[in-house]
Amino acid sequence: MRDRHLCFLIGETGRNPNAAAQLAPQPSVRGGSHSQPAPLLFFLVPSPSESSKASRTQRAAAMASPDAEQPAPTEPARWRDLDMLLSRPGNLVEASFDPSPTLRDLLGSLVEVLVVGAGGLGCELLKDLALSGFKKLHVIDMDTIDVSNLNRQFLFRVQDVGKSKAEVAAKRVMERVSGVNIVPHFCRIEDKELEFYSQFHIIVLGLDSIEARSYINSVACGFLEYDSNDNPLPETVKPMVDGGTEGFKGHARVIIPGTTPCFECNIWLFPPQVKFPLCTLAETPRTAAHCIEYAHLIKWDEVHSGKPFDADDAEHMQWIYSEALKRAELFGISGVTYSLTQGVVKNIIPAIASTNAIISAACALEAFKLISGCSKSVSNYLTYNGLEGTHIKVTDFVRDKDCLVCGPGTLIELDTSSTLAEFIKMLEEHPKLRISKASVTHEGNNLYMQSPEVLEQMTRPNLSVPMFELLKGVPCATVHATGMAENNGKKVSSLRKLRVAFKGVEASNMDTTESS
Amino acid sequence: MINLFKIKGQKKEEAASAAGKAPVKKQSAGELRLHKDISELNLPKTTSISFPNGKDDLMNFEIIIRPDEGYYMGGTFVFTFQVSPSYPHEPPKVKCKTKVYHPNIDLEGNVCLNILREDWKPVLNINTVIYGLNLLFTQPNDEDPLNHEAAVVLRDNPKMFEANVKRAMAGGYVGQHYFPRCA
Repeated sequence: MRDRHLCFLIGETGRNPNAAAQLAPQPSVRGGSHSQPAPLLFFLVPSPSESSKASRTQRAAAMASPDAEQPAPTEPARWRDLDMLLSRPGNLVEASFDPSPTLRDLLGSLVEVLVVGAGGLGCELLKDLALSGFKKLHVIDMDTIDVSNLNRQFLFRVQDVGKSKAEVAAKRVMERVSGVNIVPHFCRIEDKELEFYSQFHIIVLGLDSIEARSYINSVACGFLEYDSNDNPLPETVKPMVDGGTEGFKGHARVIIPGTTPCFECNIWLFPPQVKFPLCTLAETPRTAAHCIEYAHLIKWDEVHSGKPFDADDAEHMQWIYSEALKRAELFGISGVTYSLTQGVVKNIIPAIASTNAIISAACALEAFKLISGCSKSVSNYLTYNGLEGTHIKVTDFVRDKDCLVCGPGTLIELDTSSTLAEFIKMLEEHPKLRISKASVTHEGNNLYMQSPEVLEQMTRPNLSVPMFELLKGVPCATVHATGMAENNGKKVSSLRKLRVAFKGVEASNMDTTESS
Repeated sequence: MINLFKIKGQKKEEAASAAGKAPVKKQSAGELRLHKDISELNLPKTTSISFPNGKDDLMNFEIIIRPDEGYYMGGTFVFTFQVSPSYPHEPPKVKCKTKVYHPNIDLEGNVCLNILREDWKPVLNINTVIYGLNLLFTQPNDEDPLNHEAAVVLRDNPKMFEANVKRAMAGGYVGQHYFPRCA
């Protein structure tokens, strides 16, 4: 909660982008464009030799609008430093690294990168990746631009408010960095088929929720396949670089499914969200946030029977604000403002532009190193804290070998005639598992549930059906089983990932379990 | 690890096998954990469970509590559970569908139970919540009120509280509010 105030200090600048124009040189040559707001940030600074040639007027005009034409560095000059990294050998390079002046071309022409999120981190990431030699980028974001984004999401202008973040961000970076192609996707990450995600060599995340990270992680880890010795098959590994910021703090981590911990292996790193007791809200509010949550969680339903609250509807938000204000007056509490209301209701994470820049830079570098092999990757979790002094720490987290999402699971070979009941019997007898009373689920399809009774009855007919049929005739599949299993001599409830392969069924080209 | 030249070689293979697998629905870690919770449910004899959307939607379900002791004995109370994909990082959302005269449940069905909000921990599970809800009926608590009037009556005049509960469960008015029959 304390941090939230920081957000609003910065948010104020965001709401009035014209205020910044007073600080920046006024445009003097663009006739009739005085109403155009000056940019808050821009990223391509002309090299000293070029800027010395430019007259004061030209320079002022260029600074006032990054969208205006200005001399770009010549191609080879722009990439000079990158070429040095890629064409020279070194002691910290990956074993497979083969320095060559052609690497940058390969990087640009072969590697497809997906950036998830086009907000505070996403804007920075797209810019950083485009300036690191990646030329085939995609960006996905379901959000539209809000005026309060403009202080830090520097690819956006006042006239972009209401437009798709992904589309505007892609367009702006393409205008600025020649040769880069960015395909925007204005939709939810869940709306895309898995095939969409399979085309990328690396996925870079600039997200603000655990839920979205967890989803992308499960998609990326879903491509991972293991050989019969439980070693990950390299061609199925889809690496991720995940960035995250909150105020002056941030993290950048590298997730190589099957090698470094995935998001789910150490989800416990995230502290649970602060939630106020409902009775405190109803009875003894003490803070402005209590008053806002009262209006949001209790009063709204009381007045609008059944009508769902929409945090993106300004009228709804205004209603919550005025109710919170009334409540605050009643209890003699100060500090309820419209922006605090938005902050509390939408659980807005405070954002500092420079933290985003630092974290994004770290992520872009890791992506570049992972793909090129020109240096060692961070292993595997970098945390940055700029709140008191500056601290950067790298922690080498370990995988959860039984992770349901990235772990190999236990391989079980079945005859196409084996029924679900026989399969459950096998789990009991399998030396590595010994799961008794197993309930079995396959991709959201509950095949058999031991309990409660109503589900047992609904799923009981499946027991006599062959697994091959229940799994819709695929040569291999991942299923999960819950039951009591032995652990250090004690029976404890366990949830296990199982890889089922059917004997004698031809696997398709991509499926490389050892049965093929 | 990943290498540009490897990617170059991979391109050709991919083209050959692009028509590979059909996309499958992803099951979140939260759904799997919920599957475990549900398959291990150990319901108290007062409680039953139903899945209005069938056997494959465990994220939305209802439980019915019929208290066998205390003020609410003989009543039938329905609660809806909404579990998010972030479960168990986030607690389930629980609402009381039955309008009830209760100090810790308001007339909109909001429930004041510590483990549903401020004291939720990922080690807790659906069973814990169900036991918590049962406790609300055997031990209504006047110290954490959501229904202020009911709490005051419980604290100052338990006999009258008992009578009010009976009247509400039988279908009738308590103060200004009408309660449909649930006994």
